[in-house]
Amino acid sequence: MASLNLLVGVSLVYVAFLFAVAFAAERAAVRGRSGWLRTPLVYTLSLSIYCTAWTFYGAVGYAARSGMEYVTIYLGPSLVMIGWWWVLRKLVRIGRSQRVTSVADLISARYGKSNTLAIVVTLMAVVGVTPYIALQLQSVTLALSIFSGPPDAEGLNGLNPLSAGFWVAGGLAVFTVLFGTRNLNANERHDGVVIAIAVEAVVKLVALMAVGIFVVWGIAGGIGPMMERIDASALGTWELDRSRWAALTVLSAAAFLCLPRMFQVLVVENDDERHVQIASWAFPVYLMLMSLFVVPIAVVGLNLLPAGSNPDLFVVSIPLAQGQTGLAVLSFLGGFSSATSMVIVATLALSTMVSNHVVMPIYLSLKPGGASMSGDVRNVILLARRLSILLIIALGYVYYVLSGGSGALAAIGLISFAGVAQFLPAMLGGIFWRGATRMGALSGLCLGFAIWVYASLLPSFGQDAVLPASFFDVGPFGINWLRPYAFFGIDGMDPTVHAVFWSLLLNTGVFIVVSLLTFPKPLERLQGAQFVNVFDHSGQARGWHASVAASEDLMIMAQRILGASEAQALFRAAARAQGMTGHLPEPTPAFLERLERELSASVGTATAHAMVSQMVGAASVSVEDLLAVADESAQMLEYSSQLEAKSAELSRTAGQLREANEKLTQLSVQKDAFLGQISHELRTPMTSIRAFSEIMRDAEGLSVAEKTKYASIIHVEAIRLTRLLDDLLDLSVLENGQVSLNSATGPLDAVLDHAVITAQASGDGRLRVTRDTAAGDTMVTTDLDRLGQVFINLITNAQKYCRAAAPHLEISVHADAERLAVEFRDNGTPIPDAARALIFEKFARVAEGDGSGAGLGLAICREIMARLGGDITHVPQAAGNVFVVQIPRRQMSAGQ
Amino acid sequence: MARGPSSPVFLERRSYRRRRLQDAQRLLPVLGMLLWMVPVLWPTRNETGHITMSAAIYYVFGVWCLLIGLSFGLWRGLKRKGDEGTEPPAGDP
Amino acid sequence: MDKHVLLVEDEVNIIEAMRFLLTRDGWKVGTHSDGATAVSAIRDARPDLVVLDYMLPGKSGIEILTELRALPDLAGLPVLMLTARGQSRDRELAERAGVNRFMTKPFSNSEVLNAVRDLVRV
Repeated sequence: MASLNLLVGVSLVYVAFLFAVAFAAERAAVRGRSGWLRTPLVYTLSLSIYCTAWTFYGAVGYAARSGMEYVTIYLGPSLVMIGWWWVLRKLVRIGRSQRVTSVADLISARYGKSNTLAIVVTLMAVVGVTPYIALQLQSVTLALSIFSGPPDAEGLNGLNPLSAGFWVAGGLAVFTVLFGTRNLNANERHDGVVIAIAVEAVVKLVALMAVGIFVVWGIAGGIGPMMERIDASALGTWELDRSRWAALTVLSAAAFLCLPRMFQVLVVENDDERHVQIASWAFPVYLMLMSLFVVPIAVVGLNLLPAGSNPDLFVVSIPLAQGQTGLAVLSFLGGFSSATSMVIVATLALSTMVSNHVVMPIYLSLKPGGASMSGDVRNVILLARRLSILLIIALGYVYYVLSGGSGALAAIGLISFAGVAQFLPAMLGGIFWRGATRMGALSGLCLGFAIWVYASLLPSFGQDAVLPASFFDVGPFGINWLRPYAFFGIDGMDPTVHAVFWSLLLNTGVFIVVSLLTFPKPLERLQGAQFVNVFDHSGQARGWHASVAASEDLMIMAQRILGASEAQALFRAAARAQGMTGHLPEPTPAFLERLERELSASVGTATAHAMVSQMVGAASVSVEDLLAVADESAQMLEYSSQLEAKSAELSRTAGQLREANEKLTQLSVQKDAFLGQISHELRTPMTSIRAFSEIMRDAEGLSVAEKTKYASIIHVEAIRLTRLLDDLLDLSVLENGQVSLNSATGPLDAVLDHAVITAQASGDGRLRVTRDTAAGDTMVTTDLDRLGQVFINLITNAQKYCRAAAPHLEISVHADAERLAVEFRDNGTPIPDAARALIFEKFARVAEGDGSGAGLGLAICREIMARLGGDITHVPQAAGNVFVVQIPRRQMSAGQ
Repeated sequence: MARGPSSPVFLERRSYRRRRLQDAQRLLPVLGMLLWMVPVLWPTRNETGHITMSAAIYYVFGVWCLLIGLSFGLWRGLKRKGDEGTEPPAGDP
Repeated sequence: MDKHVLLVEDEVNIIEAMRFLLTRDGWKVGTHSDGATAVSAIRDARPDLVVLDYMLPGKSGIEILTELRALPDLAGLPVLMLTARGQSRDRELAERAGVNRFMTKPFSNSEVLNAVRDLVRV
């Protein structure tokens, strides 16, 4: 039987070995030979701090009590790792690009570098992880108690659990302080710690598997007999609380992402994003191996050991009972490794959060002069961290004492899980949803945490310990729907599932609703955009705008936080990069941003931001910030302007359609009007013709004079019809461009003379036509017949419509190099403005004249002139009308 | 936001393969969740029919091995297709 | 006593033909060829029947008809409307305005005489 002293000795040697490994690793890192320190294997092994003493001891106990349910604790993380592409990839990228130091830092940075949020998350993390640390103390103490011999007659074994727990806690505290805070690491990475926990990961895996192999092959006699033994045991039949199976899988996945220590190793200590991909299959292998022998050990323990043995200790007590002291010691070391690595990383992560988000801001605000006071802040930070470590472990010890050190390990672990899982909505919402706001995150976290404390943490001390038993029966102050295990009167849920369900549901709900209702500040929106779109622009956080900050001040501050030599190196490098010879660079935004990043690695984003902003005297938001926000909104603007452009295009199209429709309607109206006109023009003469021809056929006793008169009416109307048809045909030919032009050269005067004579022959002779021949004779090359037709039309129109007492038409010719213009000026009533636009349209008769014209004349004229390459216009006059016919000197190739 | 208009419609065969491997990678945890939630459907001790513990162990750990194998295969596949493309050009799904 | 028909029409040749026909049939025929003044002319002439052209200078036949129907003493006056436009919509408009008979030009003489006789007997 191994003595307690031997165990303590072995433990101390083991710890010394770990120290040596860590020290060597840090030396190697300093010398720059750290390649082997940051391999995918080390990364994967470092993740194994997920498997704490709870796993090492508790899983077997869990299996002995509840069958296969223990495995859910490992299924969740396996799923997270296998599905790394969804969340981990993004978390790691954000962690790297934003230099995030902890889960509190991540949430605070995402929601506008809010220190309030950082403090809330830190406090929640400390409270949430406290039971977990207590769990480690309890398991190590329990394991020690096994070695100290069986309980004596009074039921007490040789070891006082409280004092043993105290010594274990003290030892762990010293160990952690020495390990984690020997110096303030420039990038918040702990090469030594990581390599040490990797070694411990191997130790605990080997130890657990050794026990497992001993149990399966040493005791049971192989896999087949082992399985038979399992099926024959009390655990032999599948049994399951269905709600717990699903809820715990989800809970463990959430906790895997949210636990401060997991965030530390997953994100903060990550050196290469590709390691995540390898860990995506390698870490599930580790988890599977850790879970593999749990049921066999539990079954063999239940078989072999006396009833009433604590199943949480089967891993140690089975080898002991079988006389395998060496294996038992190895097993103890495995459990010890599990506990120590968890406590080290958890307290390191928590102490970073506490010192960065709680202690430092208070310290800086208490010190007059803020960040620019004298003295090395590094010592303050280190001190703050050491104190935080002691405080956290002390809290764990207090919880251990208060909870009586008697609860099953698994139950305690789950309480912790549920507590830290409250970060999940704010975290996932923060990295996937730009609309998530600080107020939303704060409300969700606080509500979820409150529910957890009330429904999970406080009841864990036992009824009547903190919460009176009446709370559980009738609710607090008789409020039935607030019973800790039966919210809203819903009885019968498993307490853990109940707490997880309600806290996460209400947490998420409030987070979403408040986020929807509140409006984020610019910095929040900016950080939100950077987090959510981290793959689009892995650029850094917004820049500084340093107008006041002197480089000396910054240097002084940086020296105090980073250390003199490092700060000087940083500043010198920056100065060189700026092309300056001195030691001090200009405080450009880029440099300030870099400096803030370096500082944030030591003191956290929010503090670093606060310090730099204090130094440079900037308000919380700089011009740069606003520009960046503007940038972000520019994207949205661009998007919305695209939409606008599209809708403008649509309305333009709609407008065009409307226009086209109007045109079509107009055309249709015009067509109707045109058909109506044609009908009228054709039917009117036909009416006369028909009426008179019937009269001549039917009426008796017509005189010869009457007969002659009626026949001549028929004749005249027939001619009118013919002329109308001619005009229509003419117009149709002209409009369709089928006209053939007979180009000829001739004197313009001759054309005009002919037109005047022809027109006057059919007129009543009242119109006096004069010719201004001053321009002399002009030759013109065109279709002279068509041109003459235009002239005749104009003269005829003057004859018809000129209502002056002494109608007069003056024709004059003006010529320039290009064109000939023939003016027809009459002294009739001017055509009203409104009608002028219409006179060249078909059937447009301005004033109803004698009705002998169909109103096609000017339309035909216009068509002819267009074919001849000229045009005809009406020029308004104070008295009278002027029609101007313009003819090109040389006939153009129009009318093709 | 939707993929910008700059995302090409057609990818070369290699990129196309890689994209599909990434799709598989994204779906893998869904598969795992589904398979591991199957035990919820099994009858427990007090119900008719029963599943022996050994069968349950074989199932749960079998699924585990399957997922690890698939995850490993996808990692190998993606590595062979080239690391440069592990990020899609624009944003998230 | 001879019945009085007022022809409101601007086509001289049609007036000539109508006058010949109606006079021979024993009607007293008056004519008016301007749309704008047609209503007052009708009121003055107090005919037993108006033969109204659809397209008149100054005012359309429809407008004249509408005005007539609005006058209490002329609302019941029989109106025969003639049109050369030949579109069905015109008939609808005229009927809505309260026309008694609507004929499309060209018409046969017997048609128009029958229509006039019908309308006045009613």
